[in-house]
Amino acid sequence: MSDAQTTTWRFERPPDLPTPEPEPEAAPFFEALKAGRLAIQRCVACDALAHPPRAMCRGCQGTAFDWQTVSGDGEVYSYVVTHQAVHPALTGYTPLATVEVALAEGPHLTANLVDVPPEQLEIGLPVEVVFEDVGDGVVLPLFRKRRGD
Amino acid sequence: MAFSNSVAIAGVGETDYSRASGRTELMLTLQAITAALDDAGIEAREVDGLMKWWVDTSTEADVAANLGIPDLAWWGEVSQAGNVGAALVAHAASAIHAGLANVIVIYRGVNGRSGRRYGRGDVTGQRGRGGGAFTEPYGLLTPQHGLAMAARRRMFETGITSRHFGLQAVAQRSHANRNPRATFYERPLTLEEHQASRLIVDPFHLFDCCLETDGGGALVLTSADRARERGRPVPLIRAAAQAGSGVGSPAARIAKRLFDMAGVARDDIDVVQIYDHFGPFVLFALEDYGFVEDAGRLVEEGGTTVGSGRLPVNTSGGHLSEAYMQGMNHLIEATRQIRGESTAQVANATFSFCDTGIGTGAMILERGEP
Repeated sequence: MSDAQTTTWRFERPPDLPTPEPEPEAAPFFEALKAGRLAIQRCVACDALAHPPRAMCRGCQGTAFDWQTVSGDGEVYSYVVTHQAVHPALTGYTPLATVEVALAEGPHLTANLVDVPPEQLEIGLPVEVVFEDVGDGVVLPLFRKRRGD
Repeated sequence: MAFSNSVAIAGVGETDYSRASGRTELMLTLQAITAALDDAGIEAREVDGLMKWWVDTSTEADVAANLGIPDLAWWGEVSQAGNVGAALVAHAASAIHAGLANVIVIYRGVNGRSGRRYGRGDVTGQRGRGGGAFTEPYGLLTPQHGLAMAARRRMFETGITSRHFGLQAVAQRSHANRNPRATFYERPLTLEEHQASRLIVDPFHLFDCCLETDGGGALVLTSADRARERGRPVPLIRAAAQAGSGVGSPAARIAKRLFDMAGVARDDIDVVQIYDHFGPFVLFALEDYGFVEDAGRLVEEGGTTVGSGRLPVNTSGGHLSEAYMQGMNHLIEATRQIRGESTAQVANATFSFCDTGIGTGAMILERGEP
């Protein structure tokens, strides 16, 4: 029924968009993605989660971190739709929607939704992470409409 | 407190604003500075301080050498981006008040249309590095992207709409239509045209976005006593402050410092300039600074238009309709309002408020008697 409608549209990622060139403290985030995990930096001393990863915990100034695998569930906190190709990589790929997802655990991630066309976006939409291999060994966390809750 | 009313903006100057200046950024800077010095009645040889936007390409050494400054005693810049104009005023006023310099020129000269275009992701992007590793791979590539994201959320939370953004754009355009220096001097704008203009990054329409401009501007700061010699109303720097990283809206944080330092209330302010890289942020700032609780309602009643409105905002046309000089043209206009020389003058302006970066820097000028 409605699944048929929502699966007809599929996000097409502009191939020339930049790929992540992370700072050393952020590298574990991208390594985890390759293993199919969404892992957020956690301060060992005070358990605070931070994204993007930082050099120091803003809550307690700790510098020891581990990486907490999170549920990947969240909701759309905000979104934009690019209509003008303000970067060469966008030429031919507008309108392009970009979302800010608030994870259930708190941190916010920038991403794209793979199964929701720009005109159907709305704040509050429940989403879940999917792992998108974009080539050259890079896996990005994208999101889709949350299933089954 | 601090430098309050001991330092003044003794002169202002700018070049023509265009899409293709045909001059170097250094030449634009030098022309703006000489215009500001002429306005102040101060000779170049008296300048002993220079301050610039961190993003400005004209170094203080090149500017000093070309102006023939005999003894540069003070210079500096403030980091971040275009948003540092009032911060530079605070730094310069502090230095003059402390006796570290006598005459400080703050300058900005930029080929923002024919040269580096800040709205282009291939110009200002991080190529996936730094924080860009978490935004650019998904198509957030330019300043307007992050700001549009914040604007959408604000619309959701407060009920402010694109129509309200359009009403502010129309108010500013009406000011520009009175300002021969403005890019849109001869081109009126209606709300319908704003709403029909193409989307750049939804929710931003074309006419929510600032211009791209080649040009230069400069301010001359010196002691209030020296400025009084000019025999005209004196734009005294009553207060100036910055707000950087922290928790919550920087405008809300800076407002306390600024109004405490000034010792005036929001209602005392006669005219307001607010940094409008994107017009919606003018309305957000009016709320965050505490001028109004509902900026949408203010523009619905025409409240930001000179003549009819109770709180005129961006009276030169601002970045949307005069020129995009990264706040320099706002500082110049705030000064002209105090001198009674704006092309959209607010009658008897005594306190002139100027934000130069949606809460990261702001100043209040007071009209002093000559």
